Amino acid sequence: MQADDPNLKLIRPLEMSLADRLFLPAIVVGLGVTARHIAGVMFGGKAITVQYPEEQHITSANYRGVHRLNRDHEGRVKCVACMLCATACPAHCIDIVGATAPETWPDREKYPESFVIDELRCIYCGMCEEACPVEAIELTGLYDLTGLSREEMIFDKAKLLSVFDATRNQEPMRYGKPPVDPGSLHTTALPSQGPGPA
Amino acid sequence: MLAIGILIKIFVVANVLMGAVAYLIWVERKIAAYSQDRIGPNRCGGEFGVPAGLLQPLADGAKMMLKEGVVPAYVNKPLYILAPVIAIIAALLGFAVVPFGPVGPDQMLDFQIAPYLDIGIVWVFAVGSLAVYGVVLAGWASNNKYSFIGGLRSSAQLISYEIPLGLSILGIVLVAGSLDLNAIIKWQDQHVWGIVVSPLGFLIFLVSGFAETNRLPFDLPEAEQELVGGFHTEYSGMKFGMFFLGEYVHVITVSALTVILFGGGWDLPFLPLSYDQTGVVPAIAKLTIFSGKVACVIVFMMWIRWTLPRFRYDQLMDLAWKSLIPLALLNLAATAIILQIIRG
Repeated sequence: MQADDPNLKLIRPLEMSLADRLFLPAIVVGLGVTARHIAGVMFGGKAITVQYPEEQHITSANYRGVHRLNRDHEGRVKCVACMLCATACPAHCIDIVGATAPETWPDREKYPESFVIDELRCIYCGMCEEACPVEAIELTGLYDLTGLSREEMIFDKAKLLSVFDATRNQEPMRYGKPPVDPGSLHTTALPSQGPGPA
Repeated sequence: MLAIGILIKIFVVANVLMGAVAYLIWVERKIAAYSQDRIGPNRCGGEFGVPAGLLQPLADGAKMMLKEGVVPAYVNKPLYILAPVIAIIAALLGFAVVPFGPVGPDQMLDFQIAPYLDIGIVWVFAVGSLAVYGVVLAGWASNNKYSFIGGLRSSAQLISYEIPLGLSILGIVLVAGSLDLNAIIKWQDQHVWGIVVSPLGFLIFLVSGFAETNRLPFDLPEAEQELVGGFHTEYSGMKFGMFFLGEYVHVITVSALTVILFGGGWDLPFLPLSYDQTGVVPAIAKLTIFSGKVACVIVFMMWIRWTLPRFRYDQLMDLAWKSLIPLALLNLAATAIILQIIRG
C-alpha cells in the first residue's frame, strides 16, 4: 500500500479548544453527574442496595443456584437414572446409583436408588439441567447456600427432593405437570422412605 | 495558670479534631456510597436507636486500636515506626496556627492554639511539607516495591505542587499586607473575600491543596489500584490509623486555610459580625460560621474525589510545572502591578 493511496483516510485527533484544555468545564459537568447520583440516593431513594437479611434479592429467572430433583405428578422422583447429567457434568459432582424400577412404575425402566450432588464441587454451569431428557434436575434461584461442614454440603436424594418441595411454588417446573397434591406426597411412595423403592 | 489554660485548650482542640476526623471518615464513606448509588454504613448503632450508622466511627476507632500491629521482619524498624508519628505530628502542628474563631487581645478566648504568630501561613506550609517525610520514610522503611514507589511518587509530587501552593497565596498576602492569618481575615472582613480579589490564586491553591493532602485526583502515593495502598501497604493497626488521622487532619487544615485565605474566614457578607466584637455570642457565631464553611470545603473535596479519576504521574508534573507555576507567577505579577497602580 502506497502512502498516497487514495483509499487511505488520514484521521487526525480532534483539536482541543481552550475550554477543553482548561478541563474546568468538563470538571463542572462531572461534578454535576456525581451530584445527581448523590441527590438521587439522598432524596430520591435510588440506591440499588438490597438490605440483605431483611430484604431478599430477587434473582433473575435464569439464575443458577442450588439444584433440585423434580417430582412427577404422582410425587415420585422424575429421574430415570440415565446418567446423562453425571456424564455432562464438567466438575464430576453428580453421583447416581441406578436401580430397576418397581413393577408399579410402568413408565420407566430405572430409577435412582441414590442421587448425590456435591454442592461444593459444582460450578453451577447448568449443563446437568440441559442434558436431562426428562427435566428431572433443575437449578433453582436459591443462592444463600451455606453449611458448617463439607459433609453437610453433599446433598443426597432426599435433600434434593426437599429443595423441590421448598421451591415448587416460587419456581414451577418449566415442563411437565406438577404433583397433584403436596399433602398426599407422603402417602405415595417416597424415595428412601418406607419399605418399597420410591 | 496560663500554662494550664493553654494545655486544656490544646487537649480540647486536639480531641475535638480527632472526633471530627472520625466523623469525616463516616461522611466520606457516605458520600462515596451515595455517588455510587449505594447506601453506605447504616447498621452500626442501630441496636441503640442511633440512626444512619452514626456509631460507625467509634467501631472503626476501636477496631484500629484493638488490631494487632504487625511489624514485618524485613522493614527498617526505627524509620518504620517513626513514619506514622511524623505524619500525625506534622498534621497536628500545622493545625496549631489555624484560627478557627475570633482571636485578639480583647477576646475572652483565643480560638487558636498558637495565637499572635506573625508568620502564620509560612508556618503552616513549612510544617505541612514535613508531613511528606512521613510518607517518604514509610515508603523507604517498608522495604517493599509498592511502598517504595509510593514514597518516590510522593517526593516527586512534593516538588511539583509545593511551588504553586506557595505562589498562589502571595496575591492575597500582598493585598492583605500580612502573613498573619488573623490579619488576612480582618482585611477580608473590612473589604471583600479573597476569592474576589484573587480568583486565579484560589483555583491554584485548591488544586495544589488536593495534591498537598494526597487526595484524589492526586493520591499518587497511595493509589490503591496500582500500588496496593502505596506507602502504607505494610502498615496495620493503629500505625495505619495514624496515617489516616494525619491525612484527615491535613484535609481539615487545608480546608480551613482555603476558608481563611479566600473565603473570608468567619465573615458572612449579610451578618453584622466585625473584627472588634467581643463577647460570647459573636464568638460562638464566628466559630459556627467558620466550621460550617470548612465543612463545605471538605465536602467539596470529597465530591471531587468521586468525580475525577487519578492523574498520571507525568500529568501531575505537567500540570504543576507547565500550567500552575506560570499561572501563579502571572497572578502574583498582576496583583502586584494593580496594587502598585491603585495604592500609588
